[in-house]
Amino acid sequence: MPDEAPERRAEGAPVGRRVLLGTFAAGIAGLAAAPYLQRGWEGFLGAASQHDPTGLTGLLPDPGGFRYYSVVGSVPRKDDTDYELRIDGLVDRPRTYTLPELRALPQSRIVGDAVCTDGWRVDGTPFRGVRLADLLDAAGVRAEGAALRFTCFDGAYSESLTLQQARRPDVLVALTMQDKPITHAHGGPARLYVAPMYFYKSAKWLSGITVTDRVVPGYWEGYGYEVDGWLDGADRAA
Amino acid sequence: MRSTAGSTAPTAPPDADGGRVRRFTRAERLVHRTTGYLMLVCLATAACLYLGPLAQLVGRRRLVATVHEFSGLLLPVPVLLGLLSRAFRADLRRLNRFGPADRRWLRAARRRRTSPRDRPAGKFNAGQKLYAGWIAGAVLVMTATGLLMWFTRLLPFVSRTSAIFVHDCLAWAVALALAGHVRRARRDPEARQGMRTGYVSRRWAREHHPHWLPDDRGDGDGDGGTVA
Repeated sequence: MPDEAPERRAEGAPVGRRVLLGTFAAGIAGLAAAPYLQRGWEGFLGAASQHDPTGLTGLLPDPGGFRYYSVVGSVPRKDDTDYELRIDGLVDRPRTYTLPELRALPQSRIVGDAVCTDGWRVDGTPFRGVRLADLLDAAGVRAEGAALRFTCFDGAYSESLTLQQARRPDVLVALTMQDKPITHAHGGPARLYVAPMYFYKSAKWLSGITVTDRVVPGYWEGYGYEVDGWLDGADRAA
Repeated sequence: MRSTAGSTAPTAPPDADGGRVRRFTRAERLVHRTTGYLMLVCLATAACLYLGPLAQLVGRRRLVATVHEFSGLLLPVPVLLGLLSRAFRADLRRLNRFGPADRRWLRAARRRRTSPRDRPAGKFNAGQKLYAGWIAGAVLVMTATGLLMWFTRLLPFVSRTSAIFVHDCLAWAVALALAGHVRRARRDPEARQGMRTGYVSRRWAREHHPHWLPDDRGDGDGDGGTVA
């Protein structure tokens, strides 16, 4: 600076700049090393959380558990007395199921992975419930039906599947998760479970299934998410 | 933005303990304050996205995420605007350079010696210099990884999972560093007053930043930020 005496201009080593650049370089190195670090970290946390009565390990990065996501401020609670699942749209026999009615239908159990686009995943999670294909058969999808639109009693979330995707044997209206009734925080009493896709396709708090003549993109798809949220390595033809 | 060189700083009311000295101009204080507010918004929204109980309480994921993204993007802006101020540029230069006093300060800190006599400093002490460099680098990494999560096709060879991992780990480090920053400030009301009003007492300046004011010591690194 012209207003400063020359002897003051470059006094000492530029440590501040080095710290800044060093921090940035460490961040870049962290990006490169993340896949390896993460694997070790998951192993460590998995072991540590077995002996963690405080639950603090759940706060650490990538804790390997479910995280709560909701797009609205508060979600009403529903149970046996007031939960209803409505199936309508391009079907011959629209109808509404209560929870006991859903439980009375043949149940399937799938052990699959819950993989969020935000990096967390819970591998080997069992879900149990009614195959979506069975509900569609009972309702009688008309010839012009091509896709499904799912709506939720949170009042905002929605999802979609093509009819072909919906008829896969690994797509459920799930009533239990980890062999326990699905809690409210996990989307209970009934949620969708679409095993071969990212978890945002598995809508929580499911309350409506409408057969449509074309795919109507769901909530996050309106913000740039893929309409078909296939996981890497999913067998798309199954 | 008003650019006030230290040497032309207006005269402050005299003080019982030997007068007040101008420590920060209005531009510098504005940069600090807006950066602080933006950082708070970033942290609060991050907590609502990340911590289970808070996420259940607040929900509204789309709104919270949008506020988080934009407060994060705005975070470097006050510092960039601050570059218009000569006093702010001079302070950046001071924060950058490490002199013999800073090495003595660090040695004393390592040996847990807290007496101001053992911890000489110019306008900024070595801890403040390290903190400033580190938090600036950390904000750059947070911005970069945040953008990678937001625009996943920006760098196709970096997976979103990796960007999230670095973002989450560094977020905890930033939260810890900020907690330390706030703790230091809580313990030193006069330092806070300097940031709030722009002035500190000459006595405080002599005690904690003996190399700052050139008329106190010949080896000061100040550029005349002093009034009678």
